[in-house]
Amino acid sequence: MDLTGLLAFNVLSGIATFVLITLGLGVIYGMMRIINLAHGEFMMLGAYTTVSAVGAGVNIWIAMLVLPPLVVGLVGLVLERALIRFLYGRMMDMMLATWGVSLGLIGISSTIYGNVVRGVTAPLGGFNIGRYGASLYSFVIILVAIACLVGLYALLRLTKFGLILRAAMQNPRMAAALGISPSIVYMATFTLGAALAGLAGGVLAPISGISPNMGAAYIANAFITVLGGGPAIIAGTGIASVIFGAINQIVSFVANPVLGTVSLLVFAVIMIRILPQGITGRFFRNSL
Amino acid sequence: MKFNSAWAGFIAVLIAGLVVLFAVPQIVSLFGIVQMTVFVAMAMYALSQGFLWGFGGIMCFGQASFLGLGAYAYAITAINLGDTSWGMLAGVAVPAIFALLLGYFMFYGRISDAYIGVITLTVSVILFQLINSTSGAQYHIGQAELGGFNGIPSVPTLNMPGDVSNVLSPTGIWYVSMALLIIVYALLRLALASRFGRVVVAIRENETRAMLLGYDARLYKLLSFTISAAIAGLAGCIYDNWGGFISPTIFGLAMSAEVIIFVLVGGLGTLIGPILGGVGLQYVMNLAGTQHKVDPNLGLGVVLVAFVLLVPQGVVPVIRDKAMQLFIRRGAKAARIQETSP
Repeated sequence: MDLTGLLAFNVLSGIATFVLITLGLGVIYGMMRIINLAHGEFMMLGAYTTVSAVGAGVNIWIAMLVLPPLVVGLVGLVLERALIRFLYGRMMDMMLATWGVSLGLIGISSTIYGNVVRGVTAPLGGFNIGRYGASLYSFVIILVAIACLVGLYALLRLTKFGLILRAAMQNPRMAAALGISPSIVYMATFTLGAALAGLAGGVLAPISGISPNMGAAYIANAFITVLGGGPAIIAGTGIASVIFGAINQIVSFVANPVLGTVSLLVFAVIMIRILPQGITGRFFRNSL
Repeated sequence: MKFNSAWAGFIAVLIAGLVVLFAVPQIVSLFGIVQMTVFVAMAMYALSQGFLWGFGGIMCFGQASFLGLGAYAYAITAINLGDTSWGMLAGVAVPAIFALLLGYFMFYGRISDAYIGVITLTVSVILFQLINSTSGAQYHIGQAELGGFNGIPSVPTLNMPGDVSNVLSPTGIWYVSMALLIIVYALLRLALASRFGRVVVAIRENETRAMLLGYDARLYKLLSFTISAAIAGLAGCIYDNWGGFISPTIFGLAMSAEVIIFVLVGGLGTLIGPILGGVGLQYVMNLAGTQHKVDPNLGLGVVLVAFVLLVPQGVVPVIRDKAMQLFIRRGAKAARIQETSP
């Protein structure tokens, strides 16, 4: 019974982690059809922001939840204006350029911080599920993941900004004819995606080893989840995170985390044969 | 086949390759020959990506998977069986079979090019994590311990087929590697000139039209993908023979990025471009490797972004087109620019 409880809790926090690491990528992919290969490095920058801020004596909650999205959002904004906007419509060149950005960011952070692993102590403590210990911090991850999903839904559904965003993505020419500049909308979307990646990096900083190469540890899971989820941002990320997060956690629990990722890949590769457009390409097609 | 400028170029490249093959051992020191062998490995690796991307139109972001699988398959087979000839065979066959399986799901699922890029990238990341986690004596295949992050030390180098005691010298390994490079280049040129190659290029140009003409694009893409993986595996075998050891970094993202940069700098849609790009950039990276102020990833990233933005078609095609323009301006008649021939 205790073991079941612990496994259920781990699965839940695993799903929440998947939501966090995927959402930024999903926003940029779902809205703009761009696969941002620098996603992992955006998360890495978010984590370094937390480390630096905590080192400078900033309150840990501000360092985790407020600063990373701001800093990484700004980095995303600058990159979009300086580089990405020249490549819209050139899918492959876009991927290559974001990969170049990814390598560049790894190089810059290795040069500045050195190739060492740092860490931040997780706030809160632990609690017991029967005989097993678990971290209270996992609740923070679950709460932030839910807040992100709900917040994004509200932003896209209920605000005028969200309406403009959705309109420009659905039909950029029509939106432009109605006086909306697609260029500004793309800029805002990319910044939003980068900020979400930064937030993920900040929130996950206390439970991961922070090094210039840490992005590679997350991108495999994030890419698989986005591809599996398909075009709908919130429904796709949500459903795919539930499925893949659960598989990953259960296999990790039974065997080890590496085999957890391998099992995801095998599952995803077989799935694309059946559902090439992802889950929301076939089901829930009109969801957001 | 009619004799034309393209075939003249082919013959010229072959002659140049043979000159290099026999001249290098005469003029370069033993240490230099060992260095040259890694250039050959990188040239072969670049050739695999150049063929797949430039002619098949398939963007593989995880070509290092096949390089690494080839290198590991060679090492494990050679350690277990002693005779490295079987190692070479496994080094080509294992990545090819892996590509055949992976490619079946990708191409027959008809996923978009971007998805293929992402999945191949993901596969290489996961292979890295998988091999990286195999430290400890319990992870072994036959007598070969996988060694986790430290990799496999003392991989046997090539011996004469069937005679394990007769191990080739570094010069012998150079002759074998360079000869293999020339052979693979020639075979690819011939394949591209054949019906198969023309269909592959036709699919790159317009997949729908090729399908409407009755060609199964999925099958041809799968075949190009498999051929490319086999060549990358061969490059992995040569890489083993250069260093004598193999570690999981061969699956790293930097290796996959490097080969894309080799092709991008050398020239997309040529075969000689990637070879020259591979050799040239490996040389520059060896020079840059001696300094420790700036992380090499930064250089790779800057080169990648710069080429995508400024010279997306690569160096060799740009030079070729400029030369063609000069040629045409001087009144030579009808030098048709052939986009697909090196």
